[in-house]
Amino acid sequence: MAKGAGRATLYALFLVMASATLGRGEAATTFRWSNDGDPTTMDPDARSDLFVTTFDMNMYEALIRRDRNLKLEPSLATAWSNINPTTWRFTLRQGVRFHDGTPLTVDDVIFSVHRAAAPGSDVASQLSSIKEIKKVDDRTVDFITYGPAPILPNYIVNVPIMSKAWCEAHHAANVALGSNSESYATNHENGTGPFMLKSRQPGIRTVLVKNPNWWGLKEDPIDLDQVDFIRIVNPATRVAALLSGEIDMVYNVPPQDIERLRHTPGIKIWQTPELRTIFLGMDQARPQLLESNVKGKNPFKDKRVREAFYEAIDEDAIATKVMRGFARPTALMVGPGITGYDPALDKRYPFDPDAAKKLLAAAGYPNGFEVGFDCPNDRYVNDEAICQAVVVMLARIGVKVDLLAQTKSKYFAKINAPGFDTSFYLLGWTPTPLDALDMLTNLAETRGKGLHVGAWNDGGYSNPALDRLIKEISVELDSKKRNALISKALSIVKDDFAYIPLHQQIVVWASRDNVDLAPMGDDDLQLRYVKMR
Amino acid sequence: MLAFLIERLLQSAVVMLAVALIAFTLFNYVGDPIENMVGQDTTIAERQQLRHELGLDDSVVVQFARFVADAACGDFGISYQQQRPVGQIILERLPATFELSFVAVAMAIALGVPMGIYTGIHRHSWLSHGLMGLSLVGVSLPTFLVGILLILVFSVDLGWLPSFGRGTVVHIGWWSTGLLTLDGWRAIIMPATTLALFQMTLIMRLVRAEMTEVLRTDYIKFARARGLSNRAIHFGHALKNSLVPVITITGLQLGSVIAFAIITETVFQWPGMGLMFIQAVSFVDIPVMAAYLMLVGGFFVVVNLVVDLLNHVIDPRLRVDRVRVGIG
Repeated sequence: MAKGAGRATLYALFLVMASATLGRGEAATTFRWSNDGDPTTMDPDARSDLFVTTFDMNMYEALIRRDRNLKLEPSLATAWSNINPTTWRFTLRQGVRFHDGTPLTVDDVIFSVHRAAAPGSDVASQLSSIKEIKKVDDRTVDFITYGPAPILPNYIVNVPIMSKAWCEAHHAANVALGSNSESYATNHENGTGPFMLKSRQPGIRTVLVKNPNWWGLKEDPIDLDQVDFIRIVNPATRVAALLSGEIDMVYNVPPQDIERLRHTPGIKIWQTPELRTIFLGMDQARPQLLESNVKGKNPFKDKRVREAFYEAIDEDAIATKVMRGFARPTALMVGPGITGYDPALDKRYPFDPDAAKKLLAAAGYPNGFEVGFDCPNDRYVNDEAICQAVVVMLARIGVKVDLLAQTKSKYFAKINAPGFDTSFYLLGWTPTPLDALDMLTNLAETRGKGLHVGAWNDGGYSNPALDRLIKEISVELDSKKRNALISKALSIVKDDFAYIPLHQQIVVWASRDNVDLAPMGDDDLQLRYVKMR
Repeated sequence: MLAFLIERLLQSAVVMLAVALIAFTLFNYVGDPIENMVGQDTTIAERQQLRHELGLDDSVVVQFARFVADAACGDFGISYQQQRPVGQIILERLPATFELSFVAVAMAIALGVPMGIYTGIHRHSWLSHGLMGLSLVGVSLPTFLVGILLILVFSVDLGWLPSFGRGTVVHIGWWSTGLLTLDGWRAIIMPATTLALFQMTLIMRLVRAEMTEVLRTDYIKFARARGLSNRAIHFGHALKNSLVPVITITGLQLGSVIAFAIITETVFQWPGMGLMFIQAVSFVDIPVMAAYLMLVGGFFVVVNLVVDLLNHVIDPRLRVDRVRVGIG
């Protein structure tokens, strides 16, 4: 964007059209921010979408929340513990009031968990371990689970506590995503959180105001009186709005703009590794690949072929060139910040195309083979470009990859259950409870053996020894023993080349330099942490 | 006239049905909305249940029939993305697109017609050459580039105009207008300019071509021979006779301005129907896409109808032709 002679002509040309100057004189404590997503509903039970949930959870609160380092901390519950292996006991905070002024009671908590766990709620699947909820007294509630549930508190973070009376009065006691009518809770809120909904134009602007009666104000003074969220879909416009001072903070900064923004006076860049791991998966289930010229057998069933693919891919080049440095190469399927992550195991096998060629030859493919490759083009940062780089890298060892990059709605419908219509694919995974068990269950456990078991194991990887280990982890309450078991499981996944992990993206947020905030690896902008000078 | 109107209305109904059918056939290729509606932890059974509730597991024919039946009663369903009635969303977005389109077309006419007249009369002046050169730029620069350039200059560098949105709007009943506030006018300048640029050059070139043509005709020579002033010739005779095709094209262009405001709306985050449609496509929000396509189809049908009727009124020859056909 260098200044030039052409610029002067442009100024002259359009001078007439600009008659007045931009008003920027809003109150200093209004925080205006923008994203390409939109909080499509004010009902956090209705959409388990990262952006919607994190946005709504500035108004609603759960029993437990995450602090700026993603550690669990008390929110509406002051304490929680296992009183026996299948019972979690929560102690409710006293003196909390909903935004409509009514006090929070144990009955509201029980109602909210039932609402979240009922059919039609999109959070229900996270609560499938809960058998029943019991009121012990006016400030104590017990969650009884089918079996030991060590990470139940991690899921409780996503369960908003709503007012029973409010929901029932407005016919919003049930969530129904597929329903043919509009729910009151879609456009209104009545939470307990630090911010309250002031006005809402879906897809355009959502305005929140500070809750002056929030229970946490003493420890956590809220700096913002008002928060304007403005959806700006076009990345160039979003960045322009930040540069012109109309917006105080944006996220989902386009990678090509980061360096320019970093060197722009008045703009601050925030970055932190994201919790999502980007990886490649291979169909190891079918006797013959759907998209390949190898007939009668499946090359990916041979561990040497998977290893060859791993060694042929130069992840450092992907991280520095394709991702422009905004990626952290990983050897594991979970990154730092996820419970169970083991830095000792996080060493990638070397990039070695010659060894890869030898492995392919030993497996019976001295001249390589052809395989189809599925990739989204609008889901992850530079997803299609990563896939194109993989195609070129695999061509060097003689594997001819036929890339099909398409929009996420088509891509996921193709590769996911029930069809698993793919041979080789790129995917990203953030464990919802920020615990490695979720990754192991969804991606590495043999599929078809239970509700979530292998639900995203699109390549059909199966290892009975690992399955047994995962079952052990899921009921182990001692965190030291549990972490040791997880390390063992992670190293099996790694050494089996069940997947080819690539990297964790780096979350990049940009703001005006008078903004202070807490960038979080789960892309959660917690407004209570935002300060403006 | 009545027979003509009835015939045209019947044709319109057929066109609308065809639009709906094509739209529904296309929806099979845009992807799976369920993937966008639920989180990663939602089980296969829950996904299937949702698919069933939304009627997405029915055949295209059944879905189409259901849509037409509901739409005929004015019910366009619930948006998958916003969980709100589609009719309500469209009513919210309609005023923004209409204001943008009308301001853009008004700008195009207000600037395009005089420029066309000038270049038509003074074909060899340096200003004409300059305007013609500029018009080439206007035709060939893509909308998103013009929009981004305007934002760069007037919002980022100069800080004069807002880079997104409608500014302050005033609500009059269900209609929202930005044209009653200074803020609203500031916000509309850049998007309207971007949208008007192509139309303006089109109108200018059209008027110029028509003027040039008409100025060569015998009756203009005769008028000159009668000693009429240049002013009377140019505006009283030449311009009037140049305007019939200009009205037709401008009218038809109004439909396409509304339909193709999509890109301009996306660049300026203008909260109109085009932006709504783009967001619906990326989410595979079938009820919103269907309603939008029907609406745009409806605009084109209505605009065509009105233009035909206007031409009937303006140009007597069309009426005579019709009568002759009727007799024959």
